[in-house]
Amino acid sequence: METLAEHGTILIILAVVFGLYMTWGIGANDVANAMGTSVGSGAITVKQAIIIAAIFEFAGAFLAGGHVTKTIRKGIIDPSSIVDAPEILVFGMLAALLAAAVWLMVASHKGWPVSTTHSIVGAVVGFAVAGIGVDAVNWGKIGQIVASWAVSPLLGGTIAFMLMISIRRLILNTDDPFQNAKKWGPVYVFMVGFIISLVTIFKGLKHLNIELSAGMSFVVAAIIGLGIAAAGWVLINKVKMDPEADRDFHFASVEKVFTPMMIFTACAMAFAHGSNDVANGIGPMAAVVSIVQSGGMVAQQSALPIWILVLGGIGIVVGLATMGYKVMQTIGTQITELTPSRGFCATLAAAATVVMASRTGLPVSTTHIAVGAVIGVGLARGIGAIDLRVIGGIVVSWVVTLPVGAFLSMLFFFMLKGIFG
Amino acid sequence: MPTTNPLAALFKRSPFKAMQEHMRCAVECARLVDPLFEALIAGNQVEVEAIKEKIYEAEDRADRIKNKLRINLPRSLFMPVDRRDLLEVLQMQDSIADTAQDIAGLLVERPMEVPESMKAPLRLLTARCIDACEQSAKVIEELDELLEMGFRGREATQVEAMVEELGQIEDEADELELQLTRILFQLEDEINPVSVMMWYRLIEWTGDLADYSKKVGNRLRLLIAR
Repeated sequence: METLAEHGTILIILAVVFGLYMTWGIGANDVANAMGTSVGSGAITVKQAIIIAAIFEFAGAFLAGGHVTKTIRKGIIDPSSIVDAPEILVFGMLAALLAAAVWLMVASHKGWPVSTTHSIVGAVVGFAVAGIGVDAVNWGKIGQIVASWAVSPLLGGTIAFMLMISIRRLILNTDDPFQNAKKWGPVYVFMVGFIISLVTIFKGLKHLNIELSAGMSFVVAAIIGLGIAAAGWVLINKVKMDPEADRDFHFASVEKVFTPMMIFTACAMAFAHGSNDVANGIGPMAAVVSIVQSGGMVAQQSALPIWILVLGGIGIVVGLATMGYKVMQTIGTQITELTPSRGFCATLAAAATVVMASRTGLPVSTTHIAVGAVIGVGLARGIGAIDLRVIGGIVVSWVVTLPVGAFLSMLFFFMLKGIFG
Repeated sequence: MPTTNPLAALFKRSPFKAMQEHMRCAVECARLVDPLFEALIAGNQVEVEAIKEKIYEAEDRADRIKNKLRINLPRSLFMPVDRRDLLEVLQMQDSIADTAQDIAGLLVERPMEVPESMKAPLRLLTARCIDACEQSAKVIEELDELLEMGFRGREATQVEAMVEELGQIEDEADELELQLTRILFQLEDEINPVSVMMWYRLIEWTGDLADYSKKVGNRLRLLIAR
């Protein structure tokens, strides 16, 4: 108790610094992955991607980021055995943040494809085992989270596969693909707005004191969807047939219809990413702040302070502006094989999957889900060549990241305990 | 930034563009067989050699594309079509270029004379065989559209019809080859026996241009059916 009273301010400052560093890292690396499919298919420029990401990452974190933050903050660890020593949880969360941030820095420097989500979950578990005990970890929840890491890319892939098939049925394999693309385009755009807003609104806005019934949620989501579809309709109608390009590639004009549609999936993806991954940085930060401010209540009854969400959003945007820019450019030039129609399917599928996970409070990897969605499109015979070795790399990064994150976190935990304890 | 980003690493260069580039080179070789025989008929050996150089150059380009494509098709690659089928289509495409090269090579190494009665039928045969090559190239140009449609539906049906037409062209080329062979048979006593041998070989190779074109179409059919 005395520790917290004595070092309270410095601990909060540390939490903010580590948390900002972590969100900066997310903005520098992860966001580029989330926006990569949109930039790569040529739908939006890097500059547009950054503006979209800045707005929608923030909106996602603010409107739908609370559930995952809650999981990281108090879902993984059961602190009932350390009510008398709340500083352990504070040190632990700080250690977890630092461990995940350091590991991510090393990994991205080496070019290893590790996930922020896996790092932070591994780190939180690591300190809990070392600092409190094996029983303090909510293994049931961990089981759910780990299962979701396998299930979510599969789900993303399945949705992408079905979207691709539906686009073929309704648009491509018809007498007049161009007219049908214009006809169905707004319907698909409606789906983007409807799905994302429904998942977000449905019993999910309690932190803003908005509580809608199930029926009302549907109505509001439908209205939002229609509004977005109207915007899509305006943009799609501007697309003109290009006979010159069609002579070389018969579907050139059709693909052009999907280009404005991808602006919406890009927004959805940024929103989804914000709703899930921002929590990796601000979850532990929120835990520290809440314990210190309450004078040592490990139960953390208080709601997530809005300023922490804002801070997370700022960290991401700064990360994007300083380094994410370059990463996005690199990725954008490497995945040009993705045409707008395929990019649309993959991005919508990934965004929907991530938002659903966010709503359930499951921290998932946006990058892995995007990979799953692209493979789903590939399984629908939609992409020229996909290198499946990537899956192996992802599995390896899983196996390595969890123990390394845990180990580093233990190390930092004992260091912090030594310094402040 | 290293390129180990999982999303970026996922995408490899589509093999279909390279297949089309390769086919364009192969057809370029086949097209040159027509002026080659014209130069031979005109008795212009200098021109024959000049055209041979052009054919060799195009064949070399095709070879380089082929090798690069093969190297970039590891087994870990997931494609909408079977890897082996794709490589077989490539092999057939390459045979078109090789055959044109063989014809040109022979005509340079052993200058020949074209008997008067063979001139017209030779022109007809060459033209039809090149038609077959052009048609198979048209089929290969549809690969991007096939990919867009997932190798099914209308596009697949359309390609099927094009392959059907290719088959007809090849049948006609076969018939023309037979006619030319009959004429040569009648001339056997009048020309040098070695020349006769060489002519049989040249006629067969010219027919092969259509034959390999048809095989490109047939392999592509398998590719679509998977």
